[in-house]
Parts: sequence; structure tokens; C-alpha cells
Amino acid sequence: MKYLTEFRDGELAQKLAAEIRAAVTRPWAIMEVCGGQTHAIIRHGLDQLLPPELELVHGPGCPVCVTPVAAIDRALAVAAAPGVIFCSFGDMLRVPGTREDLFAVKGRGADVRVVYSPLDAVRLAKGNPARQVVFFAIGFETTAPANALAVHQAAQLGLANFSVLVSHVLVPPAMEAILSSPANRVRAFLAAGHVCSVMGYHQYPPLAERYRVPIVVTGFEPLDLLDGIRRAVRQLEAGTHAVENAYPRVVTFDGNRAAQAMLAEVFEVCDRDWRGIGTIPNSGWRLRGGYRRFDAEERFAVGDIRSAESPHCRSGEVLRGTLKPNQCPAFGTTCTPRTPLGATMVSGEGACAAYFNYGRLTAVGTERATCPT
Amino acid sequence: MPDLTPAAWTCPLPLRDYPHVVMGHGGGGRLSADLVEHLFLPAFRNPALARLGDAAVLPPVPGRLAFTTDGFVVRPLFFPGGCVGDLAVHGTVNDLAVSGATPLYLSAGFILEEGLPLADLGRIVDRMAAAARAAGVAVVCGDTKVVDRGHGDGCYITTAGVGVVPDGVTLGVQQARPGDAVVLSGPVGNHGIAVLCVREGLEFETRVESDTAALTGLAAAVLAACPATRAMRDPTRGGLAATLNEIAAGSGVGIEIDEPAVPVDDEVRAACDLLGLDPLLVANEGKLVAVVPADAADHLLAAVRRHPLGTRAAVIGRVTDQHPRLVVARTAVGGRRVVSTPVGEQLPRIC
Amino acid sequence: MCLAVPGRVEAVFDADGVRMGTLTFGGVRKDVCLAYLPDVGVGDYALVHAGFAISQVDEATAAETLRTFAEMGVLADELGEEAG
Repeated sequence: MKYLTEFRDGELAQKLAAEIRAAVTRPWAIMEVCGGQTHAIIRHGLDQLLPPELELVHGPGCPVCVTPVAAIDRALAVAAAPGVIFCSFGDMLRVPGTREDLFAVKGRGADVRVVYSPLDAVRLAKGNPARQVVFFAIGFETTAPANALAVHQAAQLGLANFSVLVSHVLVPPAMEAILSSPANRVRAFLAAGHVCSVMGYHQYPPLAERYRVPIVVTGFEPLDLLDGIRRAVRQLEAGTHAVENAYPRVVTFDGNRAAQAMLAEVFEVCDRDWRGIGTIPNSGWRLRGGYRRFDAEERFAVGDIRSAESPHCRSGEVLRGTLKPNQCPAFGTTCTPRTPLGATMVSGEGACAAYFNYGRLTAVGTERATCPT
Repeated sequence: MPDLTPAAWTCPLPLRDYPHVVMGHGGGGRLSADLVEHLFLPAFRNPALARLGDAAVLPPVPGRLAFTTDGFVVRPLFFPGGCVGDLAVHGTVNDLAVSGATPLYLSAGFILEEGLPLADLGRIVDRMAAAARAAGVAVVCGDTKVVDRGHGDGCYITTAGVGVVPDGVTLGVQQARPGDAVVLSGPVGNHGIAVLCVREGLEFETRVESDTAALTGLAAAVLAACPATRAMRDPTRGGLAATLNEIAAGSGVGIEIDEPAVPVDDEVRAACDLLGLDPLLVANEGKLVAVVPADAADHLLAAVRRHPLGTRAAVIGRVTDQHPRLVVARTAVGGRRVVSTPVGEQLPRIC
Repeated sequence: MCLAVPGRVEAVFDADGVRMGTLTFGGVRKDVCLAYLPDVGVGDYALVHAGFAISQVDEATAAETLRTFAEMGVLADELGEEAG
């Protein structure tokens, strides 16, 4: 695939890794915010190309992982309602709510369908006027424009049988929550390139300035990730804290204006609960004004469902970067991808599952030097 | 694919009365008999079946019997490169073949959903018959039941198979030893992608076709070229990853593969990138993995490549005493990662 | 968080008033929504997430980035210099 395969080149990867090794003189902790980046790092074994002084901290940028358990329980309740066609991205089907997941509800007869695009759900609503079609609108700023357009199109088409269960989360407030924590160990960020392709990166200079932390907009292929790490290390060693764009082939400073306009039309900012972390102010989107009639929480009266997380799951510390997955007592014992306590073990990009699936070599073998906090 | 509309059948009249499967086709009466007489018998045509006894009575065979069974459910029933009928033959034949057996006989149990177009059943049975002939096996007994509409996905098939294992052949996933080479017969992931591309709600266009095929000849070629072969497996659901993990766990050894050495078609890789799947976890229906002593690897590879189903075979890795029971891949960029058995079905992901 | 892959636009069309396109991803074709890229046309590359094109791929910049990587090491002495 053009513009993808070239960025997986083994020889160039070795060159970039050599640059990083040559530049590092002491321990640094760098957080890749996005779960997709975590997935790519482990999948390609990039962490093993890095010098032992460098620690990659896996951030909270996995919508599957941070969608609160109450939102999952609400989804399960809506999916189980009579006559509903419940549509979701494949990622969400195995995420455990308090007692079960969407697969279990499907097993009891609910009509749960995996869609590739939110527009597929709109199409289903159009084709099944006698059924209520509900789309589970999760995700960060990258996914939100797709979900916004689905709602907008349903309004244009006058579909009374379409609604969305919204659990959108925003990256910059989460980064600020991590930076402002007294336990923070993160010294530099790889910002999520695909979020930035929509939003641009004009939100980051104030953060970089206030917390004196380098922020490098980074892509998802091995060369992109290594280049992001290389630039972050170079800044850390030089003592600078600028915002850099290491993914310029798809990210511009301003981002995608058309997408931002649709987001502003359909959504408004709200406080949002993050699974394992808690409430972060102004860290989510909900439906705005005239679009609230598409809110499945209200249509199915599930907004009052409150749920508690497993007391044994320490995914919040993992997501904040203060605990490595394999340092959790439950890791690999009571908590495995087959029996996950929290969503970080479910999602393929969740830090815990990534460690379990791909990183067991690292986990049982050479431990990396950790940074002073 | 031959034209198998009811009008093209040899003796179509009784079947044309009902263009769709009705409950009576499984009732044991006249309609059931019509199906047997006008569809199954002409398609599978062999003396043991033609006697229509309560059981097929078969001549004695020399050697140990291998006996296996498998159920086949796939949605949609037809996909690029095959249908449930091909799978029902190949799946069972391949389980026999990689056990070192020469496959001989199959049974076929059909569970049909009321309303299935008879033309579809005709195409499925015809593909089954062609697959059985190509694999050198005879379908010698069978059964048909019909379930109410809404209680099945059109057509489920269960096949059981019997084969004979020649003296001296002892294969097993317990027998891999450190130093052995791991040989794969060709590119992985084609079947899973071919089925996904026609899955409702996910449609995409690709030239990828299922690799569904009988491994009888290829497995025989492996055993002829390397009688010391330790283990053979055909990676199906769970992909190459599941098969390698079975061998690693069965033998208590580690397996290390060179990821770039694993053949993957460009379009399969592209579809995997698009959907967020790992080709190592995607299903196959006509591939073979052999674990052989290292000094036999080159000779075996040459033999496999001479077979039409093995032209793109490769040595993909080796057995090691490091990291027992773990499968580890060396990635294209020089890193290493653990390759786990997938937990469940491969779902397209957006994150 | 977000799986996105680059595809080449092969055709542009309208569906229910929404701008759509057929894109090829290394030979795999899929229809995606182009509403957020009003200016891309046939032959352009776009980054696609969840069935939506979210950004046009700047092909010249992509080539430039790869060239920078390739020259790296050759210019090891100039490590501290911004290369692009």
C-alpha cells in the first residue's frame, strides 16, 4: 500500500534507531498518547530497538479502554431492548461491562451488528424503518467527524429510528491531566497523528510551554514512530520544549476545517468520565441542541445507569503512566485477554493486552531502566 | 463453475416442483428420496453410496485407521474461490492428510434451512462432489435434515472422514525439537479475507480468493521427501498463529519465525491493514505447516515447491529451546514480538 | 486510537447528498465518505478512518520525509540540525 509500506522499511528503521541510540545520554520517559501507536510499537517490536535508557509509557488514547463501564452497561441495556439493531465498531464487542459484554447480549438474542462506518448504521436505519437502529459512537477526535456526519445525515433524511450512544473523548485535556498530576513521570509526548490530522496541532504550543514538555506530532508506521521518538529525544537532550510535526504528509497546523465545522455543528464540549481515571473536565463531546433528539441515552432512558469498576483493576494507573501493566498484581493471573478485569486488557491496543499478547518477552526478560519521577 | 440451475440437471422434473427447500425434503418421504435420487446420487456417484443401505459397507484397508469429523458453517455460503461445499470436503480431508493418512471415505450430513434455493443446494453439492473427486475420496453415506426458516444459515454441513495411515508414519505436535525447521506451504490469510470481503455490512472489492484446497497430494509429497517429518498441521481458523502455538505448546518448545519470510499476498496485507487485522491470525483452508529436522529443510522445500499448491513455500522459522511454549516473530524492522493464539473471532477494528 | 490508512481516489460520486468516493488501498477497493475533503479528486491520496477520508496525503512531503531518512547517517555529523 503506497504511503504505508515505504514507512515500514527495515533498513531505514535501523538508521533511525541508531540515531536515537547515539542521541540518548540518560533515562527519559516518553509517552505515546495513542493506543494505535502502542499497538504498532509492540507489533513491530520497536521498543526493542531503543536504548535501555528510553522508556515508552503507553498513554490513555484508546477509546475502547477509556469508555467508562457505565457507558458499556448503557450500551448493553440499549442493545437488549426489543426491536433494536445495535451497531458498533468491532472493537467494542468484547469490552466487559459490569457483568457481561455485547457478545453475551447478542448470544441471548439481541441484534448486535459490526459496522465499518457510522454511515452503514444510517443506511440500516433507512432500510429498516420499523426498527430502532442505535450506533455506539465512541472514539477520539479522529472518529468524531464520522459520527457527527452520521447524525447530521440522519437529521437531513428525517430518520426517526436512528440514534447514537455518545461517548466521545478529547486528547488535549487528558494530556493536561497527566502533566498536572504530581505523580507524572512523562517528559515528552508523541502526540496522536491521526487526531491531529483532524484537529491540527494549534492546541499544543500552550501545553508545551506551560509544562515545559516537548510534543512531537507522530504517525503510526515504524519509521514515523522512530522519527517521533528521535525528535523527542533530541529535544529532551537539548533541554527544549517545542511542538514539532513529524507527520507532515497528513497533518497540518490547522487540521481539517470542514471536519471541525461539522463537529462544532453537532457536538458541544462536556465533562467526561474516563474508565480507570475518573472525570476530566471539558474532556468529551455530547450532542448539541437540535441534535439531542438523536441521543439514545434519552430515547431508551438509560442515562441513570451507574456502574462501579472492578476494585482489582489498576488500569487508571497504567493509563496515566504511573504503573506498567506487568507491575499490576492481577496482570497475567486473574486478568488476561480471556478474562479481562478492565478494558486495557480487552482492546488489542490496550496497554495491558499489548503487553500480554506481544510484550511477554520484554515482561519476562530484560526490564528497562525506569526514569526518576 | 458449471451451470446448476434446476433446469440443467439430468433429471430435474421432481425437484423443479419446489424451487426452494421445504420441510418435506428432510422428512424421510418422497421429497427426501427425490433429493437423494436426483441430486446426491448423481453428484457423488460411487458404488458404496449407490447401494443406499443404512450404512456404507466398505472393504478392509491395510494399516491404521485415521478418523475425524468437522462441522462447516460459513456466512455467506458462497464466497470468492469457494463455498461451504468445498470447505466441507477440504476441511475433513486435510485433517486426515496432515495426520499422515491417505483419505478414503467421507460421510456428509446436511442441515438445510427451509427456503434455501434448491439451485444453491445444487451448486453446493456439485462443488462438494468435484472437491471429493479431486481429493480422491468417496462420499459414501449421508443424511439430510431440514429446520424451520430462521433456524439456520441456509446450509450447515458436517463431514466425517476415514483414512489409512501407512506403517512407519507417526506425526504429532509433541515431536518438534529444538533446531528443527518450520516450513509453510504458501501465503496466509487468503481464505479469511475472501470471506470477510463479502460479509454483510463490510463489503469491499478485492481479487483475493479463498485458498480452499485438498492437501492430500501435498502432504504425501512432504512425507515422501522427508520421512522424518515430526509434525504437520493445516492452519485454519486462528490462522498460522494458532497452529504454531499448538506445536510450541504440544512439544514444550519455543518457535521463532522471521515475519518477513512468511508469504502474504499484497492484497491480503492491504485488506488486513484496512481492517486492522494481523495476517498471521487470519484463516486459511489450504495451507500446510511442516516441522522437519533442519538438515532436511532444503530438500523438503524443493519438493513442496514442485507441487502446484506449494510453489510459494518458504522456511519461515525454527524450533528453539529459548522461550518454551512461546511463538516469537522477528519483525521486518528487527524487533521481536510474541505471537499469541487469538482469543476469538477476528473483528475489524477502527482503533 | 485510530487506525487510518492511505488510499488513492479512483472515482467520486454522490450518495444521499453526501460526497463519496471509491478508493483503492493497494488493490482493495472500498467506498468511503469524502465529505471532509471537498477538494480531493481522482488520483489524489487520502487518509481514511472508519470509512471517512480525514486528510489528503501530501505526496511531495511524503517523498521528502523518506529522502531525509535515507540521507540520515550519511549526514551523521549534522545530527543536531533540523532536517525536515
